[in-house]
Amino acid sequence: MKRTFIALGLTASMLAAAACQTTGPGAAGDKVRIGVFMSLTGSTAQFGISSTNGIKMAADEINAAGGVNGKQIELLVQDDRSDAQEAATIVTKFVTQDGVHGIIGEVASSRTIAAAPIAQNAKVPLLTPSSTNPEVTKKGDYIFRSCFIDPVQGAAMSQFAAKSLGKKRAALMVDRKNDYSTGLEKVINEVFPRLGGQVVITQSYQEGDTDFNGQLTSIKGADPDVIFIPGYYGDVALIAKQARDKGLNVPLVGGDGWDSAQLYTIGGASVVGSYFTNHYSPFDTDPKVQKFVQGYQQRYGQIPDALAATAYDAALIMFDAVKRANSLDGKAGKYVIQERVVVEGAAMPTGTGSGGANANASPVANTNAAGNANAGAGTNANANTAPANANASPVKP
Amino acid sequence: MPRYARNLVVALLLLAVLYALDYFVFDPGRRMISPYVARIIMLAGINITLAVSLNLINGFTGQFSIGHAGFMAVGAYSSAYFSINQGARLAAGLGDGLLGWAAALLLATPLGALVAGAAGFLVGVPSLRLKGDYLAIVTLGFGQIIVVFLNNIEAIGGARGYSGIPIVKSFFWIALVAVLTIVVVHNLVHSAIGRALVSIREDELASEAMGVNTTRYKVMAFVISSALAGAGGVLLAHFDGYLNPKSFEFIKSFEILIMIILGGLGSIVGSVLGAVVLTVLPEALREFAQYRMVIYSVLLIVLMITRPNGLLGGLDPFKGWRARDRAKTRTEAEEITAEDTRDNDSVDKATLGERAGDTSLGEGDTRR
Repeated sequence: MKRTFIALGLTASMLAAAACQTTGPGAAGDKVRIGVFMSLTGSTAQFGISSTNGIKMAADEINAAGGVNGKQIELLVQDDRSDAQEAATIVTKFVTQDGVHGIIGEVASSRTIAAAPIAQNAKVPLLTPSSTNPEVTKKGDYIFRSCFIDPVQGAAMSQFAAKSLGKKRAALMVDRKNDYSTGLEKVINEVFPRLGGQVVITQSYQEGDTDFNGQLTSIKGADPDVIFIPGYYGDVALIAKQARDKGLNVPLVGGDGWDSAQLYTIGGASVVGSYFTNHYSPFDTDPKVQKFVQGYQQRYGQIPDALAATAYDAALIMFDAVKRANSLDGKAGKYVIQERVVVEGAAMPTGTGSGGANANASPVANTNAAGNANAGAGTNANANTAPANANASPVKP
Repeated sequence: MPRYARNLVVALLLLAVLYALDYFVFDPGRRMISPYVARIIMLAGINITLAVSLNLINGFTGQFSIGHAGFMAVGAYSSAYFSINQGARLAAGLGDGLLGWAAALLLATPLGALVAGAAGFLVGVPSLRLKGDYLAIVTLGFGQIIVVFLNNIEAIGGARGYSGIPIVKSFFWIALVAVLTIVVVHNLVHSAIGRALVSIREDELASEAMGVNTTRYKVMAFVISSALAGAGGVLLAHFDGYLNPKSFEFIKSFEILIMIILGGLGSIVGSVLGAVVLTVLPEALREFAQYRMVIYSVLLIVLMITRPNGLLGGLDPFKGWRARDRAKTRTEAEEITAEDTRDNDSVDKATLGERAGDTSLGEGDTRR
């Protein structure tokens, strides 16, 4: 019976703790409160952690330099367990309990889409650093992104393969479970044929698969001269290994989902000679990029991936919006982001003249071996084919 | 007052209370409670529907279903498809106000439940004819297949997710479905059918020998359970207005399973408590940041060590009340027919495991 009481007491105290937590909106007028929701645990934890690192670094830099208009930035970081429903719950908490002035959040488009209507209703600007699905910013005029969208990336991948590499026969490996992958598949299927190429075979896999021999045998039979793999690094590395074992030695081309140190750890020599488009390259010689890379390395002991870079930039854009609006009103902040204020994105400085968010849209393909064979020039040109789609201004519903 | 009249009064009173709560407390315009708290309460309501419905098949019938999220997904997607294509028009036709959406939901919810129930029938009929753990394997497979389907059907958004579903965040509707689920499961379990279900759980062979058509009852319980899960899915679809196949993977089924195991298998109050605790707990632990999930898991382990049968497993808070109720029923029944009482007694014995043959299976309590 005693145990019963212990258990029931435990439950009661847990519920009580929850009830007591409901404090009113923080009325700290001397601080800029920015809510950050990311997947710090769950299936895409690595992405969320990198992004949060980038945002924290940006906030600390701004705070050390005196803050935004004399106000310190306070970050409220919350984990959504890689779950869309929980992302929506956090954003509800941000706008109703915590009274945040702006929200930065989510890598995965699905979770940003789930959370967007809540930020939109509360009229708090939400800026996503890396949700590349076009659907996201159609959710309202308070929803922004600071990265390129899938059509831009897919077009750049196709153009790079067709023009820079001069390939004609492409094979596609698509992750059917992943909207990111199917989104890119669609674009490649549209653009690559227009550039004189041909998608000769499409094979699919599912995230977490380990044996790709069946698909690769079919691909080998179709005799392609390039393979597009718009997927995530873990699967890509395994596919690359098994492709090389099968004697498929054509280059592999992918997107920003490849960007992780894990790609080289798992893939080893088999990924050498392949290309992927990305938001930025850590080997970019621009002093601003190098300053960011070195700062990040000093702080976290690793080379920043693209998610850290885009998140760092998103945070700078958000802080800059607050500064220029000179107000903590969500509406003012919204207009400033919308005006495409020029922010010198440290990670991606290429287009500082044309608007901060816009600037970040140039995908760079670099060979992954050591990065010294940078193929940036080839794809940078391509990015210009559709820069209008890439900026942070939302499409009105 | 005759029994049905009393029930009617109780039902109407309940409706009035729920509506008053919705109107005076949950209306965001009144600023009575924070939308964040309101959201968690409503999510708990949806989880109650899911947990109580799963308890019918897992707790009371003793069959092990681990594909509840699949039926939820079927209900959610079918009702979302309906709401986008027909419901919106219907609501607009009725003025797009509360009335219009009430009418649209009134159609969408049974529709989702019906489709999910039909899916449950298709899955249940072949697998429930067999004894043993086949249902677990089949439902696990079903859950996976549903997710693959959802990922590949472009008309409902595919892997990108299904957005644009009209958002009807109504406490009234969520609470109503949750209460209806509890009432349906409670009444079912305390009817002759329920006795048959419990006898199947305790000893399928013996109950078959007693003349219970086990397949029929198992399928019946399974279909009702799936249909109610579908209704829960309908609520979820209209809650955030966005569905993603990733939300319905087997981990979701396990979350619901944890709720009923934590609350106590075969206890409705336990399922409700389990659903509430597991919804509130992750939110309550937010301030612990990255240690949140560690603390959450540790708390679950501690709870399971101290209460291996779940919070309310083997504990019936309404025991006295129910015993009185049962005694009353019995005297009423005695007055009407003698046959009824005989039925009651025979099933009661089976329920309480008072059979002499209980030892023949050795292990004793076959509850999972």
